[in-house]
Amino acid sequence: MAVVFQKTKGLTDKQTHYCPGCTHGIIHRLVAEVLEELGVLGEAIGVAPVGCSVLAYEYFNCDMQEASHGRAPAVATGIKRVHPDKVVFTYQGDGDLASIGTAEIVHVAHRGEKITTIFVNNAIYGMTGGQMAPTTLIGQRATTAPLGRTVEHSGMPLRVSEMLATINGAAYVERVAVNTPANVRKAKKAIKNAFQCQLDGKGFSIIEVLSTCPTNWGMTPIDALKWLENNMIPYYPIGNLRTPEVEE
Amino acid sequence: MAKILMKGNEAIGAAAIKAGCKYFFGYPITPQNELPEYMSRELPKAGGVFLQAESEVAAINMVYGASGAGARVMTSSSSPGIALKQEGITYIAGAELPCVIVNIVRGGPGLGGIQPAQSDYNQVTRGGGNGDYKLLVYAPANLQEMVDLMQEAFDAADYYRTPVMMVGDGMIGQIMEPVEFKESVSRFELPEKDWATVGTGNKRKPNIANSLFLDPAELEKHNVKLQEKYATIKANEARYETYNLENAQLVAVAYGTTSRILRNAINELKEKGIEVGMIRPITLWPFPEEAFDQIPASCKGLLSVEMSMGQMVDDLKIVSNGRWPVYFYGRSGGMIPTPAGIIGKIEELIGGAK
Amino acid sequence: MAKGKVTFNEDICKGCGLCTTACPVNIVTLDTSKINVKGFHPAAVFEMDKCIGCANCATMCPDLVITVERI
Repeated sequence: MAVVFQKTKGLTDKQTHYCPGCTHGIIHRLVAEVLEELGVLGEAIGVAPVGCSVLAYEYFNCDMQEASHGRAPAVATGIKRVHPDKVVFTYQGDGDLASIGTAEIVHVAHRGEKITTIFVNNAIYGMTGGQMAPTTLIGQRATTAPLGRTVEHSGMPLRVSEMLATINGAAYVERVAVNTPANVRKAKKAIKNAFQCQLDGKGFSIIEVLSTCPTNWGMTPIDALKWLENNMIPYYPIGNLRTPEVEE
Repeated sequence: MAKILMKGNEAIGAAAIKAGCKYFFGYPITPQNELPEYMSRELPKAGGVFLQAESEVAAINMVYGASGAGARVMTSSSSPGIALKQEGITYIAGAELPCVIVNIVRGGPGLGGIQPAQSDYNQVTRGGGNGDYKLLVYAPANLQEMVDLMQEAFDAADYYRTPVMMVGDGMIGQIMEPVEFKESVSRFELPEKDWATVGTGNKRKPNIANSLFLDPAELEKHNVKLQEKYATIKANEARYETYNLENAQLVAVAYGTTSRILRNAINELKEKGIEVGMIRPITLWPFPEEAFDQIPASCKGLLSVEMSMGQMVDDLKIVSNGRWPVYFYGRSGGMIPTPAGIIGKIEELIGGAK
Repeated sequence: MAKGKVTFNEDICKGCGLCTTACPVNIVTLDTSKINVKGFHPAAVFEMDKCIGCANCATMCPDLVITVERI
């Protein structure tokens, strides 16, 4: 009997606080497995800003810093400039990265900061109870968009990966989803490429992960997977948007 | 060591590098620009890193990250820029991380002006961020004192694991004075930073830099621990200078460059037979309460002299606690008090020369 | 002959059911006959002989409940 799947050493034994069916848990596992498989768990320093995943500092089995809302990329910059040989990553939600933290994420890309950002896009503010985020879809209801988001009132949802892919320092930009086993496997591959990009010193890398929020979407976890497929993926197409030029 | 004629902002940079500062994250704002400029030239030579951030908010968070990763790190700004950094500062205090923050104060409120002022007293001594925390705040009156205090600031920050602020008004940043960089040995026994996030190396449990405590009992326990730290700092780190206290009919209190103008006024008054003493806080927090116990019975009142509309005057009322009436004289907006102006106020209070 | 075997750490399961959507042979269900320490119906497999050890269920589990072995 060969074990083909077991808990990664990249996660602590602390059970997560995430709601049942929230796919943060899957994404944590993917990041942890990649760090373990790249053999850099002991060199990793992660930054978890305010949001549902702020408590990630209790779940990742590596040195962590908790950052203020939106500022994780700046905190990570400080760490990486002090320890250029370490593997530095941020794990941020869409409320954090696409709203209050837009300047910080644009500028780590702009500087080509050699860190990796895991950007979890679940189209809503989770921790604070379901408010509209810059990524909330048109017509999607939120506690601060009770009749559903409208273009007239709050514009079209923000496509962060496309925006960052125009910035020279963003060496690796990819959007993935974790709503099916196949997509989860593709997501892990992309996350590994992103960390490899950092290890190769090629510049800034970011993976946008489309993720579910059953509680604040008001759906069962299983329906949430389908809603993501039918609503988020069409607006936020999956795929690589930028990869470092391969030297001839 | 020879004395070198240097501009304040640059002397701060040189002193910081001498004190072992290796990382500087800043943002342009008058009147402190020469400091980041100096650091951008000199830090790389010292094997350090200078980085201009996209905003003061990003800069203070870079300081948080670098400090949490075990580095000697600083930032600098001026008044409105310090206001932008307040959230970062309270996080740094909450996570018990060491760093030095330089504030070259300019006139306010709002965009205000770019001339010297001391109208950040409340912002720096009352804590501009949320929660119960304090900053150890030094306020040098000349460049030599400032250079000497930079070593203290970094050592105290590491020893107490807390943010320390160096406050100068625009003049401290802009004037040139001869300074000497003495070989100074830290008076603190500085422990290893085994708490820093440098990577576990798979040899230890993860280190975590954090100020989040969702469990209220945990957060209260954390606050009690922080207050014990601040009590220790208060007991050990208050600094001040007194001048001409003997037989003083009035004691004036001023810090930074304003204290130099007050000293001239005191000397002029002495020639007219009017004895006025001075207490000069060198630390704004802890406020030097002990100095006030040395005031002779001859003293009939306290006068706060500030480049503001009156902020330190409140601390005079607190420390006086009814022992003396407390008065205020100040200029603001970048206007500098003159000896004549101060003398006029004192003579008005004392009822003219006998 | 089963090609794979899955074991569930029942007490950390949150009964979300994501694993049940992933099994190519549809043998992963929630055990509605019992409640775990958290008050959820834990995930379970009753026809282990059909398991092919593909680990799809574990891939979809947000809480690392499932360990997968191949024979």
